[in-house]
Amino acid sequence: MSLLLLIVQTLNGLQLGVLLFLIAAGLTLVFGVMDFINLAHGVQYMLGAYLAVMFYTLTGSFLAALVLALLASLAFGLLLEFAVFRHLYERDHLEQVIATFGIILFLNEGVKVAWGASPLSLPVPDAFSGSVVLMPGLLYPVWRIVIIAAGLALAALLYVLVTWTRAGMLVRAGASNARMVSVLGVNIRRLFMIVFGFGTMLAGFAGIMIAPILSVQPGMGDTVLILAFVVIVIGGIGSIRGAFLAALLIGLVDTLGRSFSVDILRLVMAPSPARTVGPAIASMLIYLLMALVLFFRPAGLFPAKGRG
Amino acid sequence: MTMLKTILAATTAGVLALSAVQAQAQEKLKIGIITTLSGPPAVLGGMLRDGFMLAVKQNGGKLGGRDVQFFVEDDELKPDVAVTKAKAMVERDKVDFVVGPIFSNILIAIMKPVTDSGTILISPNAGTSNFAGKDCNKNFFVTSYQNDQVHEVLGKYAQDSGIKKVFLMAPNYQAGKDSLNGFKSAYKGEIADEVYVPLGTLDYSAELAKIAAAKPDAVFVFLPGGMGVNFVKQFRQAGLADKVKFLSAFTVDESTLPAQQDAALGFFGGSNWAPNMDNPQNKAFVAAYEKEYGGKIPASYAFQAYDAALLIDSALKQTKGSTADKDALRAALMKADFKSLRGKFKFNTNHYPIQDFYLVKVAKRGDGKYETQIAQKVFTDFADAFAKDCKMQ
Repeated sequence: MSLLLLIVQTLNGLQLGVLLFLIAAGLTLVFGVMDFINLAHGVQYMLGAYLAVMFYTLTGSFLAALVLALLASLAFGLLLEFAVFRHLYERDHLEQVIATFGIILFLNEGVKVAWGASPLSLPVPDAFSGSVVLMPGLLYPVWRIVIIAAGLALAALLYVLVTWTRAGMLVRAGASNARMVSVLGVNIRRLFMIVFGFGTMLAGFAGIMIAPILSVQPGMGDTVLILAFVVIVIGGIGSIRGAFLAALLIGLVDTLGRSFSVDILRLVMAPSPARTVGPAIASMLIYLLMALVLFFRPAGLFPAKGRG
Repeated sequence: MTMLKTILAATTAGVLALSAVQAQAQEKLKIGIITTLSGPPAVLGGMLRDGFMLAVKQNGGKLGGRDVQFFVEDDELKPDVAVTKAKAMVERDKVDFVVGPIFSNILIAIMKPVTDSGTILISPNAGTSNFAGKDCNKNFFVTSYQNDQVHEVLGKYAQDSGIKKVFLMAPNYQAGKDSLNGFKSAYKGEIADEVYVPLGTLDYSAELAKIAAAKPDAVFVFLPGGMGVNFVKQFRQAGLADKVKFLSAFTVDESTLPAQQDAALGFFGGSNWAPNMDNPQNKAFVAAYEKEYGGKIPASYAFQAYDAALLIDSALKQTKGSTADKDALRAALMKADFKSLRGKFKFNTNHYPIQDFYLVKVAKRGDGKYETQIAQKVFTDFADAFAKDCKMQ
């Protein structure tokens, strides 16, 4: 274990964190503002990736595919909102879970019917297909740096939107007390629709950006969904700042845990059991972290004001 | 009047008797196919079904001279679901053969319900060690291999080709552990590190950094399905492909190559077959499969299922289409008197095959499609290590 490796793994952890933020941002908005548990966020992420592959095959340009897929994601999200979600806002969380879970099943089968069950691939756009030398023998794809930049830019954009615009003020107010906002004369239905559409677009955007480095296949959203929920629970529901910091924290804990758990355990036990116990503990770490946060700070580490 | 009745009765009896004799030969052969058709592994399960059905189609819809009636069931990769569906196949549908499954955990679940009913189970993929050894079963036949054998192929290749330092990686479940143990049983050089990643890991940045830091001569990975697609892409993107040899099992094959594409070129795997194998029956099979199934190149799941159909056909030809005498049927199956797509094929005493194994390499065909190609032979007439523990009743 060298200092260089530690630095590289920290960078990897931060990159994973930014990736998680891209995915969790839309979810926390929707959950925070509308008090709506949207399990279908994962399949919206998957759909974004599939749409990007489809548009790329049609147009041959990543940029065109990005824009078209974003618009298509938005359209599909609004369609879902109109057809299914809008009837569920007043309902019990459990009913929202059941309905959105149904959408997960439906879309997972749907993409298989539309695009087949084989994994698909989206190539990295030519402009960003190079690599930089990170350490002797290890190259770092430029596209990953693009993803980090996109995530940071998105965080900055959301911060500006939420803090300094009127719509953002309404979103923050809605996250604290939706009923009061409605009573004050704001068209809460329209606000919900805009927030939901934006959340869907964020999910789709994450799917499109990540597709070049991961395989696009049915069910790709399911693991990601769980991680996204862990992020928003630790960060605090409805809080963009919380989601960002929690995502970075989880990225670091998970990556450093996976990299060094065996080495750390080898200090106290023999190599062979360390090799078995290490990965098991590493995969549990983020959930242990979530349990601890829920125990000591049930509202999350950085809850939205009014919810703490 | 009574005379007429007598003649009528006699004629009716005669006709009925005649049709009863015809019935066995005309009665449809019922084949139950149990395979995974949902979720990402549906790619593999579909290939199993398609390979088997292609063989039947090419044989005029018959096996052993009898028309085939298919019962295709999706095990959903859930052992409890598989047991329910397998029981329905043997009890309600009364199938003559059960063909499948892809996955080992499903095989372990359905073995007892299927074989206890006297129905013969033929696995064109899963081949666990227990059924090759102490739990061997006279009603169970395998047209693929014993799972450990493929990993040993890479281990032996690494050992024989003088590779000094290997980095191992597999998912953290039983098959992953078996895989690395299989590799280590044949490879006696230095193990740089042995890493188990959670099933379904998407991002390998942490592991790639470890590989770069360890500076091995080669990596050996067992990363099936989407895991393999992600790792191969990221391995290439990290620039490690030029410095570290890529050895793998079940990670680069025709089911994942369409997604991995150029990233996998030159990477190695191990197998008992490759689509470019040079014998007439295989060339015909690959061409027919591509024509029938939208230009897709078949993977091992398809060819092994095709061989299973040929096996059933050859056995039924010897019993004249009858499945009534089980002992005769088993003896006929054991003979394996058919032209396997892989060339040589014979059964060991535990009903697992004795066959050759090869190192295969990913390459691009002239028409731009990706496939694995035979690089060199590693084992000749390789029998699995568990046959000696098998005491078949």
